[in-house]
Amino acid sequence: MPNQPIKFYQTGTFTIGNRLLDENNRSVQATAARYNSLNSGHRACQGCGEALGARYAIDAAMAAADRQLIAANATGCLEVFSTPYPETSWQIPWIHSLFGNAPAVATGIAAGLRSKGRGNVRVVAQGGDGSTTDIGFGCLSGMFERNDDVLYICYDNEGYMNTGVQRSSATPPAVRTATTMPLGAEPGNVFGQGKYLPAIAMAHRIPYVATATVADLHDLEYKVKKAINIRGAKYIHIFVPCPLGWGSASNDTINLAYMVKECGLFPVFEAEHGKVTGVSKIRKPIPVEEYMKPQRRYAHLFGKNPATETIAKIQALANENIQTYGLLEQGAK
Amino acid sequence: MTLKQIEGSHGVAEAVALCRPEVICAYPISPQTHIVENLGEMVKAGELKAEYLNVESEFAAMSVAIGSSAVGARTYTATASQGLLYMAEAVYNASGLGLPIVMTIANRAIGAPINIWNDHSDSMSMRDSGWIQLFAETNQEAMDLHIQAFKLAEELSLPVMVCMDGFILTHAYERLDVPTQEQVDAFLPPFEPRQELNPAHPLSIGAMVGPEAYTEVRYLAHAKQMQALERIPEIAADFKLGFGRDAGGLIRPYRLEGAEIVIIALGSVLGTIKDVIDELHEAGQKIGVLGIISYRPFPLEAICEALKDAKKVIVLEKCFAVGIGGIVATNVRMALASTGQEVLTVVAGLGGRAITMSSLHAMLQEAVAGRLGKLTFMDLQQGVVDRVLEHERNVRRSGPIAESVLRDIGAVASKIS
Amino acid sequence: MAVVMNKPYAITLDVGSSLANKTGSWRTARPVYLDRLPPCNNQCPAGENIQSWLNLAEEHKYEAAWRKIMEENPFPSVMGRVCYHTCEGACNRGQIDLPVGINSVERFLGDQALKHGWKINPGKPTGKKVMVLGAGPGGLSAAYHLARMGHTVTVFEASPKTGGMMRYGIPKYRMPREKLNAEINQIKEMGVDIRVNSRVDDVALTMKEGGFDACFLAVGLQNGRMINIPQQGSLPILDAVTVLRSVELEESVALSGRVVIYGGGNTAIDVARSAIRLGALSVTVIVLEDRAQMPAHPAEINEGLEEGMALINLRQIKQIEGNTLTLEIMVAGHGRDFLHTGQFETIEADVVVQALGQTGAFTPFANLPGIIIQDGAVQVGTDLMTGALGVYAGGDMIPSQRNVTAAIGLGKKAARNIDAFLRGEKLQPKVKAEIADISRMNTRYYSDAPRTMRPVLDAVRRSTGFAEVVGNLDEENAVFEARRCMSCGNCFECDNCYGVCPDNSVIKLGPGNRFKFNYDYCKGCGICAAECPCGAIKMEIEQI
Repeated sequence: MPNQPIKFYQTGTFTIGNRLLDENNRSVQATAARYNSLNSGHRACQGCGEALGARYAIDAAMAAADRQLIAANATGCLEVFSTPYPETSWQIPWIHSLFGNAPAVATGIAAGLRSKGRGNVRVVAQGGDGSTTDIGFGCLSGMFERNDDVLYICYDNEGYMNTGVQRSSATPPAVRTATTMPLGAEPGNVFGQGKYLPAIAMAHRIPYVATATVADLHDLEYKVKKAINIRGAKYIHIFVPCPLGWGSASNDTINLAYMVKECGLFPVFEAEHGKVTGVSKIRKPIPVEEYMKPQRRYAHLFGKNPATETIAKIQALANENIQTYGLLEQGAK
Repeated sequence: MTLKQIEGSHGVAEAVALCRPEVICAYPISPQTHIVENLGEMVKAGELKAEYLNVESEFAAMSVAIGSSAVGARTYTATASQGLLYMAEAVYNASGLGLPIVMTIANRAIGAPINIWNDHSDSMSMRDSGWIQLFAETNQEAMDLHIQAFKLAEELSLPVMVCMDGFILTHAYERLDVPTQEQVDAFLPPFEPRQELNPAHPLSIGAMVGPEAYTEVRYLAHAKQMQALERIPEIAADFKLGFGRDAGGLIRPYRLEGAEIVIIALGSVLGTIKDVIDELHEAGQKIGVLGIISYRPFPLEAICEALKDAKKVIVLEKCFAVGIGGIVATNVRMALASTGQEVLTVVAGLGGRAITMSSLHAMLQEAVAGRLGKLTFMDLQQGVVDRVLEHERNVRRSGPIAESVLRDIGAVASKIS
Repeated sequence: MAVVMNKPYAITLDVGSSLANKTGSWRTARPVYLDRLPPCNNQCPAGENIQSWLNLAEEHKYEAAWRKIMEENPFPSVMGRVCYHTCEGACNRGQIDLPVGINSVERFLGDQALKHGWKINPGKPTGKKVMVLGAGPGGLSAAYHLARMGHTVTVFEASPKTGGMMRYGIPKYRMPREKLNAEINQIKEMGVDIRVNSRVDDVALTMKEGGFDACFLAVGLQNGRMINIPQQGSLPILDAVTVLRSVELEESVALSGRVVIYGGGNTAIDVARSAIRLGALSVTVIVLEDRAQMPAHPAEINEGLEEGMALINLRQIKQIEGNTLTLEIMVAGHGRDFLHTGQFETIEADVVVQALGQTGAFTPFANLPGIIIQDGAVQVGTDLMTGALGVYAGGDMIPSQRNVTAAIGLGKKAARNIDAFLRGEKLQPKVKAEIADISRMNTRYYSDAPRTMRPVLDAVRRSTGFAEVVGNLDEENAVFEARRCMSCGNCFECDNCYGVCPDNSVIKLGPGNRFKFNYDYCKGCGICAAECPCGAIKMEIEQI
């Protein structure tokens, strides 16, 4: 990955911090004086990947923007758990308008700032996969197409979790949700549907598109910082496990985010002006089962009679990603 | 001040430009297109320094406006009809967040059936959105109301819709008095936001508010509109001082002295009504007119006071609530709830149907004669609707489904057996 | 406040207000920090806190790292050469790629200390006097620790040189003498009186005459054990201890021609490799056990083989006729049993060296009241005290793992017990923390890095003399090697817990001070514990 690999250190680039590194080279999250843009006291579930991803991303954005940052937030878990009256967890200027309009609100913020000669203030819009890939898709596409000076961050937990775990267009095949129950001939979510927004974003030829997970902070921070310093429309898609919606253990959040990348189901890459420019290689390849098994949303595939055909189809999706994005090191199998 | 022979839309664009908007979002829908086109031209030409955004929908337009207003930028947009409905969610949100956006509604009917011509159905659909709604009678007033609207919006931190009749006003060329920049600057101070997204003073705007405080929030929204009831006449008075003419205010009475019948209306139709009334006065019939400029907040007391001598009140409105009747009339009845004065509803001009002087004359004569009903659709082609209703009665399916189906295919049960 | 009142009620909120919501009340389990015992530390016979000094070395704090070693072991430079570093066998990193080269780093640190002349100060004088018998690793270790505690120590050594088996039992090519001398010298400089050529014939008498308050016996096992092999003719048969001692004292040794060594321990290999250096025609080591079971350290065996040593496993020497040795082929039986096959073969030799273990000479203290000598060893209690009050024993002469490192560890243990004894106290055994097993760790956080191998002199150069065989790590490599340490079970301030907490409930206390939990907000999700690379956090069920 483009972020500098740290050699000759105990834990390389993988831990949050590294006491052996020069202060300037440490991650934002490792600093004692980090912003905690999303502060303690929020009401996210135990082990919430989105709460973590949001703090990672917004803290990085704050660092890159030298605290000159405003965020627009779509309706969803992140909004609900962070700002129930009378308490807000946000430490930055932040606005929530609607479910489907965060990109447009951010466009307005950027335009307003420009009109006031405050173009140094950077603008972030953020939302879950529902607001991004479904209800807010029109506004997002508009923001991309106009190349508005906004960084849009999607925290993808693969469903409508705030409303009780329903399917979104980002829900993967075979997954159990409240609206795709594991019943009938094709249990769980259907195959062959869903939107892969990073590719759609790339099709807009915007300056920067990237994916990341909460399991690789350095990569995530690198991408957010890079995006903040680019003028124009940017899109970062962050994979954030949801213990509640996925039926996973609250302490397994980062591990799942790590495994989803290692198995190939979630390619981690960056693209500029529609072309892939960097790929996070898989470190130690694992089969998709290893990622799926700890999640109860896949439990119907692993009963007494495992749904081997379905699992094979999911593995095929991972393999396709591995091919398309070149996720394996040269020579690795 | 310069007099220009220009289109209403152009006039409004000039007035808006004089208000120094900082962000303008535009999405095309007839009949408001000429306004934003003119503004776009001014921005492109460098005459107006503002961010001009071509967005992908009215929903986005209002959303962009929410964002820019939240960073303290004076923000303007315009829409009509379907567009207003499409942005409805954001319309409510803008007022809920207390963002002083000014929006022109070039009033137009809403579909289905799709209809691009004028009536007030669109604005009326948003009457409870929390926005202030001001209705312009003339293009000059439309211009002047925009200047007042920014002042009112920003003072109260509430968004304002300036409603002007589509085509009838927006596309009409007439001589308009365009104020100077100095006049407008003297009247309208720079925008000082009540709340602002600013890294120097971070705030969270748009919290989730539960049962413990939601009622209070709504009460406060209402209280703000009540403050507007006081500020609207004051701002109109200020305007007169600065610009030398009457514009705005809550209501506009015309020949109410000694009038037993008063006809109430909103918008451009008031001009036609006034002409008819003038003719009737010459004929000795004392009928008055009451124009409502501020539909939201609704000036209950001012209307009650203005109508105190009237025996009969006719509300002529370009909209109606299906299943009950007049919308404006319902509000007027509320103003007169304690007086027992009779309020009749005349629905007219729907979907752009012309409201002619002769029709108005005929309607008023019926009223004078005491024959005007509670709810009248002016110039309704009664024969057409009667035939349709009759036909529908004949084909309506009722009773057991099987029997209906047999009736439909012409096989009456008795014949089968 | 006017500013506050001006903002819309309820919809617009002031930052920081969520701190009022103490989400800690949601918790059903709480994370707690703990230090687990790293397997290397657990394994170290000298009780070194390896993880801790590697941690310091990683930060280039070499002197601090050296001082950390010196808290347990006064011979890092020697250790870095002769210790069989079983710590590395226990090292969790070995389950990922290769164990950390702990031994190399220790050697680097020991050599740094000698290079820079770092010193350890003796403790505040206590006025107590302790005599130590034997200047081998155990005796010197005890003397050193006792000096650090402020006791006055006199070491009596019968032979002309200090160091015991560190000198006489380990050839120069493994243990350059200047390093050994220098580290012993550090002990002398602390005021320890070491008297060579001072045989003590009667411990009780010497204690009394010298006014010693306690005594530590560490005389080791000085004599090679010889077994009787039926022999016809006059083929010289030597014992390994004598051979190595002669090599050390540069006396003439008859290790020429075809040398056969009998025995499978490190001493056998030492003799073999010394013989190669002395110009033997051929060197063959005959071992009863198979390769896996022979006690010599595999690295030693490999280096010997590289140098030209021949190794014959599963053989027993039955008889010697002239220059011909008759060997019986053995097969492995149950455990350490070896079965005779009745099949024989022969091998020619010009000299045979028996390297079959050592025996001790305990007469100077055998008469002490209460002392028990059994199975060729002096019996001691858990506090290392013999049956005689105030007389302690350690090293090879007591039943123990018999190697330099173990002797050093026993010397330290004895010193601590003697110190307690001198204060009229009894040392309470420490409760061991639970072992930092790799299953408690999250090893994906450690980057893949191969071990930096010590530069190994090529076999040819090494076999022609007694030059040191295994070279030094340079600083860069030493630091790199230290940084391969996973700090098993001990927080190394990687910031993972601090970073991965979705509720910002970990407080960073600054360099060296680690972290603490803010239980006001910790929801008990357990991510910190799951993502702690080294297993230094555990979840405890919340008591209601």
